[in-house]
Amino acid sequence: MPQIAQLADTWSSQVFWLLVFFGITFFVIGKGMVPKVMETVAQRDGQIAADLAAAKAARDAADEQEDAWRVRENENRAAAQAIVAKAKDEAAAKSEKKLKAAQTRIDKKLADAEARIGEARTAALAEVESVAVEAAQDIAQRLAGVKVTKPAAAKAVKEAMANG
Amino acid sequence: MAAEQAKVDPMYQFTIQPLGGSEGWELAGYNIAFTNSALWMLITTVVLFVFVLGGMQRQLVPGRWQMMVETFTGFIDNMLEANIGKAGRKYVPYVFSLFMFILFANLLGLLPLGIVGVHPFTFTSHFTVTGVLAIISFAIVLIVGFWKHGLHFFSLFVPHGTPLPMIPVIAPIEFISFMVRPFSLGLRLFVAMMAGHVLLEVLSSFVIDGTNAGVLWGGIVGLPSFLLMVGICALELLVAGIQAYVFALLTSLYINDAENLH
Repeated sequence: MPQIAQLADTWSSQVFWLLVFFGITFFVIGKGMVPKVMETVAQRDGQIAADLAAAKAARDAADEQEDAWRVRENENRAAAQAIVAKAKDEAAAKSEKKLKAAQTRIDKKLADAEARIGEARTAALAEVESVAVEAAQDIAQRLAGVKVTKPAAAKAVKEAMANG
Repeated sequence: MAAEQAKVDPMYQFTIQPLGGSEGWELAGYNIAFTNSALWMLITTVVLFVFVLGGMQRQLVPGRWQMMVETFTGFIDNMLEANIGKAGRKYVPYVFSLFMFILFANLLGLLPLGIVGVHPFTFTSHFTVTGVLAIISFAIVLIVGFWKHGLHFFSLFVPHGTPLPMIPVIAPIEFISFMVRPFSLGLRLFVAMMAGHVLLEVLSSFVIDGTNAGVLWGGIVGLPSFLLMVGICALELLVAGIQAYVFALLTSLYINDAENLH
């Protein structure tokens, strides 16, 4: 077994060169290069975390804006509906007023017409009466030869018309 | 079959040889020959450097290579955070170096470079190497423990809720199990790597000897051994990863003891 057989001759060389090369490995590679490699990894991890945080923040902002937009949209819709309702009410009120005016006009016309009809009827009746009075005087004179005075005839006609 | 003895020595692969006439190099009286073992440490360091360098493009959207390196650093980072907590972060450079150094050493030692005449050397199959790594880990545990908790760190040997009369019995046991840690840590890796390589070598000697002995023995011994070798190679790749992981995991668990006493 050379490890033991050569021990006395080689141990110092083995230890020396191991210390030299492991020392180089430790100080140059371990101390010098590894921290830089790990720094890169840490940088990348930081970058990824930052990017993720930024993406999350952007998403939150978008959500917020969407919520705000929704609120605004609802407000606008409500306002629009209010305007529509108001216009409807106004239109209804206006048409009602117009209808009322028209109704009044029609009523007035009707009343006028009725009044005129009433007048005409009274006039006609008066005429019928006077004609009847004259007719009655005439009839009485021709048939009985009695000369009936106009007031008496008128009184008789009135009585007869009231009864008839 | 006396024609020639196939010379397959399963242990020869662990032999350390000085390269380029460096066997005389000394530092303060100690021999520091640049051996094949040291060469593979150098190769491991260079390959690891290139690997991690490829992961340093620092792009926000990583390429495949960068992704691979980041997977490894993330893996170590997660392991330390799971075992130690937030304080585990500062040990990432050490545990990453440890894990990757062992992993690359194990994998490079398994490369089938023998085909082109180069012999890979798995220095993690030497307990001088794994022992030093284990001692470094253990030393970190001790330093961190005493630095953070002072002498209170000795309460590590008294598990939480131990009845008072039991302390004299429990404490030595805990102490021994604590002191065994660097040995188990170093030996585990060394034994696993050595066993795997010896097994592959022994099986390959079966293949060579069996095939040399003719069609019959080649069919009975050589071919099954070869198929087994293919399977064991896959297993060894797995072991290379697992042992590196176990070493790093246990180191992080031990550091956890020191960092968060109880």
